[in-house]
Amino acid sequence: MASKAKEALFDPVFTNNPIAVQILGICSALAVTTKLETTITMCFAVIFVTTLSNFSVSLIRNFTPSSIRMIVEMTIIASLVIVVDEFLKAFAYDISKQLSVFVGLIITNCIVMGRAEAYALKNSVGLSVLDGIGNGLGYSLLLLTVGTIRELFGSGSLLGFQVLPLTTDGGWYPQNGLLLLSPSAFFLIGFFIWALRTWKKELVEEEN
Amino acid sequence: MLQHELGLFFKYVFVENLALAFFLGMCSFLAVSRRVETATGLGVAVIVVQAITVPVNNLIYNFILKEGALWWLGLPHTDLGFLGLISYIGVIAAMVQILEMALDKFFPALYNALGIFLPLITVNCVILAGSLFMVERDYNFADSVRFGLHSGIGWAIAIMALAGIREKMRYSHVPDGLRGLGITFITVGLIALAFMCFSGIQL
Repeated sequence: MASKAKEALFDPVFTNNPIAVQILGICSALAVTTKLETTITMCFAVIFVTTLSNFSVSLIRNFTPSSIRMIVEMTIIASLVIVVDEFLKAFAYDISKQLSVFVGLIITNCIVMGRAEAYALKNSVGLSVLDGIGNGLGYSLLLLTVGTIRELFGSGSLLGFQVLPLTTDGGWYPQNGLLLLSPSAFFLIGFFIWALRTWKKELVEEEN
Repeated sequence: MLQHELGLFFKYVFVENLALAFFLGMCSFLAVSRRVETATGLGVAVIVVQAITVPVNNLIYNFILKEGALWWLGLPHTDLGFLGLISYIGVIAAMVQILEMALDKFFPALYNALGIFLPLITVNCVILAGSLFMVERDYNFADSVRFGLHSGIGWAIAIMALAGIREKMRYSHVPDGLRGLGITFITVGLIALAFMCFSGIQL
């Protein structure tokens, strides 16, 4: 039992990473990572939603007829996202402005829906919660990596503090503008997947 | 007038391409782009659904949800804005369902071509994002029709381009760890870089 719980929690972080391996939830992963601050907010939002949606879906799994389960899941997820959205608007207005539509897009983030469908519907409440946290963490791991690289090398700062002095302010680091543009996120995730698959050989795709 | 229309078309299709500039609909963008045929199917389905749901959600926002929008019921101070997300996703799910039934009844050939893609579209973030951008940028009805149609076309062009490249890539030798998903990401990055050349173009 203990090993099963551990598996549910840590498996999604590396071996079954939702972004790099399951190809889920990439949309928001790319758009919010120009700055570390927005990235961290997004990570917390997603962990919150995956955990609670897995919890709720698993709780009512024996009472939901399978024909309407999608609508039920959608309603649960949408309500949770509304809570997050209103919370951010009330307590972190600037960040919620920067995240703009991407908080709302957690609803259609396939990680949330995918895990509810693939895991929470079949497993007990406790395991589902752990799976939710694990997938949230796996998502966060990749997001934080990309966010750190993009902010550090793109604008020479971390969380808004200047780490590398820029040449424009008399320092030695020439700003890398490409990293602040959208294509760089694709390259970084591409390289992340490459590194992960070189490390864990069993993830390499078959030649077709 | 025509120039203005053309300018907007260019802006929504190329400069603000939802797939390549805002990373929307990436999951299906990567998963369904293995072959040009299926990519075209999904692309057309996105155009149709996007062009319908954005204007419909625009009406719902302007006449029900916006602050003061319920004046026609004699409730000038009600603000139902917090129900936005749940209403838009509900409308999208309902529209997709209706479209599926309508196509099945009246255009069976089209239904067979698009059939498998329609349910996928409900959870495709590009559709929900279209509605959310419409609300955030405060489009009027005419603008929302344009935005819905053009952004759908832009997304379809992007996925077809990617599918074309991936079909050719089958003949090249890609490093083991990069094969499949990895190289696709890098390709998308390069396409996005190319699409950025359109920015700054004013018609």
